[in-house]
Amino acid sequence: MVKVLIDGREHECEEGMTVLQACEQAGVEIPRFCYHDRLSIAGNCRMCLVKISPGPPKPQASCALPIGEGMKITTDSPSLRSARKGVMEFLLINHPLDCPICDQGGECDLQDQALAYGFDRSRFAENKRATGEKFMGPLVKTVMTRCIHCTRCVRFANEVAGVDTIGMLGRGEDVEITTLEQTLDSELSGNVIDLCPVGALTAKPSAFRARSWEVEKTDSIDVMDAIGSNIRIDSKQGRVLRILPRLHEEVNEEWISDKARFSCDGLTRQRLDQPYIRKEGKLVPVPWQEALTLVATKTKQARARCAAIAGNQCDVESLYALKKLLEGQGSQMFDARQGGAQFDPALRNGYLFNTTFARVAESDALLIVGANPREDAPTLNARLRQAWLHGSLKHVFGIGASCDLTYPCIWLDDKPQRLVKLAGGKDGVFETLSQAKRPMLIVGYDALERNDGKEIWHLCGVIAEKASMVQEGWNGFNMLHRNASSVGACEIGFNRGLEGIQPLLVAMVQGDVDVAFVMEADDFDLESLKRCFTVYIGHHGERTAAQADVILPSAAYTEKDGTWINTEGRVQQGFAAVSPPGAAQAAWRILRALAEELGEPPAWNDLQGLRTSLVQEHPDLGTLDRPLSAAWQSLGKAGVLREDAIVAKRDNYYMTCPISRASETMSACTRARRALRSSAMTHAA
Amino acid sequence: MVQPMPATSSASFSFRGAFAERAKKELAKYPEGRKQSAVLALLDLAQRQNGKTNCVTDAAMATVASMLDMPRMRLEEIASFYTMIHRKPVGKYHLQCCMTTPCMLRGSDDLLPLIEKTLGIRNTETSPDGRFTLSKVECLGACANAPVVQINDDLYEDLTRDDMETLLAQLKKGDLTKNMPKAGSQRGRRGAEPQG
Repeated sequence: MVKVLIDGREHECEEGMTVLQACEQAGVEIPRFCYHDRLSIAGNCRMCLVKISPGPPKPQASCALPIGEGMKITTDSPSLRSARKGVMEFLLINHPLDCPICDQGGECDLQDQALAYGFDRSRFAENKRATGEKFMGPLVKTVMTRCIHCTRCVRFANEVAGVDTIGMLGRGEDVEITTLEQTLDSELSGNVIDLCPVGALTAKPSAFRARSWEVEKTDSIDVMDAIGSNIRIDSKQGRVLRILPRLHEEVNEEWISDKARFSCDGLTRQRLDQPYIRKEGKLVPVPWQEALTLVATKTKQARARCAAIAGNQCDVESLYALKKLLEGQGSQMFDARQGGAQFDPALRNGYLFNTTFARVAESDALLIVGANPREDAPTLNARLRQAWLHGSLKHVFGIGASCDLTYPCIWLDDKPQRLVKLAGGKDGVFETLSQAKRPMLIVGYDALERNDGKEIWHLCGVIAEKASMVQEGWNGFNMLHRNASSVGACEIGFNRGLEGIQPLLVAMVQGDVDVAFVMEADDFDLESLKRCFTVYIGHHGERTAAQADVILPSAAYTEKDGTWINTEGRVQQGFAAVSPPGAAQAAWRILRALAEELGEPPAWNDLQGLRTSLVQEHPDLGTLDRPLSAAWQSLGKAGVLREDAIVAKRDNYYMTCPISRASETMSACTRARRALRSSAMTHAA
Repeated sequence: MVQPMPATSSASFSFRGAFAERAKKELAKYPEGRKQSAVLALLDLAQRQNGKTNCVTDAAMATVASMLDMPRMRLEEIASFYTMIHRKPVGKYHLQCCMTTPCMLRGSDDLLPLIEKTLGIRNTETSPDGRFTLSKVECLGACANAPVVQINDDLYEDLTRDDMETLLAQLKKGDLTKNMPKAGSQRGRRGAEPQG
C-alpha cells in the first residue's frame, strides 16, 4: 500500500495505480477525455492535469503517472484551473460550434467539461480545420471535424473488439482518425459510439431522433443472446429509440453487442397488434374474447393432447404460466429448445456456464466445441480476448466450424470423432488441457443442435472430468447457450428430456397432438404443425403466425416486466419501457386469461403473485443477480456419434430472431458484412 | 496532410538484390517476437527500392505488413507520421527548404520564391515531369549553417541566392543522381566551424 496526500487528505492506495485512479478512489473528480478504465492509457488529451509535489513545477497528466509513496497531489488550484482552461481552449480550437445540430448534445463530455473547466469565449480568430467524413458501416455515423483525437475508438477497436481497421493517421495538426473505408468487422462496433467523448462517432440508426434529456430511460435485460447483458432502453412517445449498455462488471462490463443495441427498430415492424382467428383459410382479426373462447374450447377437447414449444426470448414468467397451463390439461409435452439442442435439462451443472464470465480471465487453456463465442456471445468473446491479451489464457483449441475469434485458436477438427480421441486421453491437446491450472471447455449450440448432441454433450463432460477441469474452487465445464430463454426453461422444468424437442415434433407429425401452443418460436420445422390446431402467442408476424389457426399477440421484451436467466444461471429482471402495440399483452397475462377461460384459474392474479408462486416452487430463482451453481455430476452416457462435421448453424449474426429479422438496421448490417466478406475473398484471391 | 487510404492494387512487391539483403539484415537485428521494430528500416528500404516514384506503394505496404506480421492500419499510421516516408510519388529531387527562425533570419525567405520560380512548383507540389518535389519544412538541425535546403539525403548549407541558382541549374541540366553537387556548406566550411 502507498500513502499519498490528495488535496491535503491522506489516502491509501495500491501500488501500481495511476494518480488519476487514486484520486478517483478518494472521490475526487478529475476531468478527462482520453483515459478510460477499460482501455490502455494514451495520455494525449492533457485534460487530467494535477500538481504533484515533490515534482516538476508544471502540472502533470495524472492518467499516465504512477502513484508514488508520499506524493502530495493537488487537484484544484488557480494555476491548475488556468492550465485546464488552456487545454480546453486548445481542444476547442478546431472543434466546430455545432452543438445545436449534434446528436451528442446533452451527453457530451466535451460540452460538460467545457462548462465546468473551460474558458467562456474563444480567442481563436483563424479558420477552423475541417475533416472529411469516414465510412464505418451502417451503425456508426462520423462527423470527424468534431474529433478531439483521444484515440479511444482506436484503442477499443484494437484491444477489445480485435479489429485493426481504425487508426490515427498523420501528425500534429493534420492528424485524423481514419478507417480503411470499410464496415467495422466487429459485433461490438456500436460501443465506440458510447466511448467517443464528443459527437464524432454517433449512432446512425437513431440520428436526429431525440435529445438525451427527452427520452425515458428504463433498465432492462437484453434477450438477443444468453449473456443477459444489462441494458437501458431509451424511449420517447411510446417508441424505443435506442438501447444502451448498463454497467455490470460481472456480466457485460460496459459493452453490448450490435444486435442488442441496434435491433430495436425491428420492434415497430411486422408487429401483431390484435388477435386473429383463421376463418375459411384466412386470418381474420377478432376481439380477445372470441379468440380466447375458441382456444379454450379446442384445449378442453384436446386435454392431454396439447403441446407447447417456446421460443428463444421468452421470460421465465411466461414459460412458467405456459407450463402450468399444459400441466393443468395433463400434458407434459413442452420444450423450449426449438433449435433441437440435446442435453439433460435436469442436470444443472451440465447446462450452465459454470465458470462464470468474470472468472474466464483466470483460465489458461480453453477448448471450444461447436461454438462461436464471437457471434453467440460477443461480450463474452471480448473477455476471452482480454484473457488472451493481458491474462493467463495461452492455449485455445476448437472443434467444429473454424472461425475468426479475434484471438488465435487452433481448430483441431470439425468432426465430433476428435472428441472421442480427446476423451481417451492419449492426445497432445489433452495433455495441454490437463496440465493447465485452470482448463476450461465451452460447448455451444452448433454441437448440441444435432441428432448426436447428447453424445457430444456427454463426451464434453468426460473430457471435463478427465482433464480435471472440475476442481476445488473451479468449474471449467461451460455450456454457452444461444438463447435468453434456455436456462430459465431448464430451471423451471420447461425443457424435458435428453432428446430435446425431437420427440415432441415426432408426436406432432404422428398426430398425437391436437393443439399446439407456440410461444414466440419461429425457428423450428413448421411442417410438423400441419396436423395440429396451432395457437401462436407471439409479437411478430413471421413464419409461425402465417400458418397459425389462432394468433394471440404478445409483448416483446421491451414491453414487459420479465425475468431472464443468463447462461451463467444469473437471474435478472427487466422492466417494461413502452406499452405493447394495440391489443397485445404480456404472454403470461394471455395465459392467465386463457386458464380462466378454461375454468381453471391459477392462484395468482398479477405478476407479483406469479413470481411468488414461481419462487415457492423453484426457491433458487428468488435470489437475483447471483449465478446459480451445482455440484458436479457426470453427464449422460455414451452413444453413437455421427460421422458428419459440426457446421455453423447460423450464417448471419445479425438476423437470428423475429425482432432482428424485422429490423432494417440489422438488414443493412447483413448486407454490409456480406460485402465486406466478399471483398475480403477477392483480395485473398 | 493526411494521405488518403489507397484502394488495393493488384501489383506485387518484393525486396530484390541488395535491398533484400539489407532487409534481412535489419530483421536479424531484433529478437524473436520483436521483428516489428524493423518497420521503419523496411519502409525506408521499400521506398528506396522504388526509385521511380520514391514512395512506398500499396503493394510494398502489403508486403512489409505481412513480413512483420503487422496490421495494415498500424503500418499506415507509421508511414503517415514520419515525414521521410512517402505514400505518394515524390520527384527524383526532393527539395526541402527550411523555414524555421535561424534560416529565415539568414534568408530562406528569398530561397523559397527562387526555387518556386525556377522550378515552377509550390510547396508540396511535384513538377509535371516528375523530377522535382518541393516541401517547406521546419528545422533541419543545421542552424549554425543557415539557411539550409535538403535535397534528397543531403543538406546544402550556407546558401546564398547565387548558390541556389547554380544548384538548381545543375539539377535541371540532367541526371545527376550519381554526381550530385557537393553537399554541405557552400562557403567551404567544415561542419559548423567558424567562418573565415
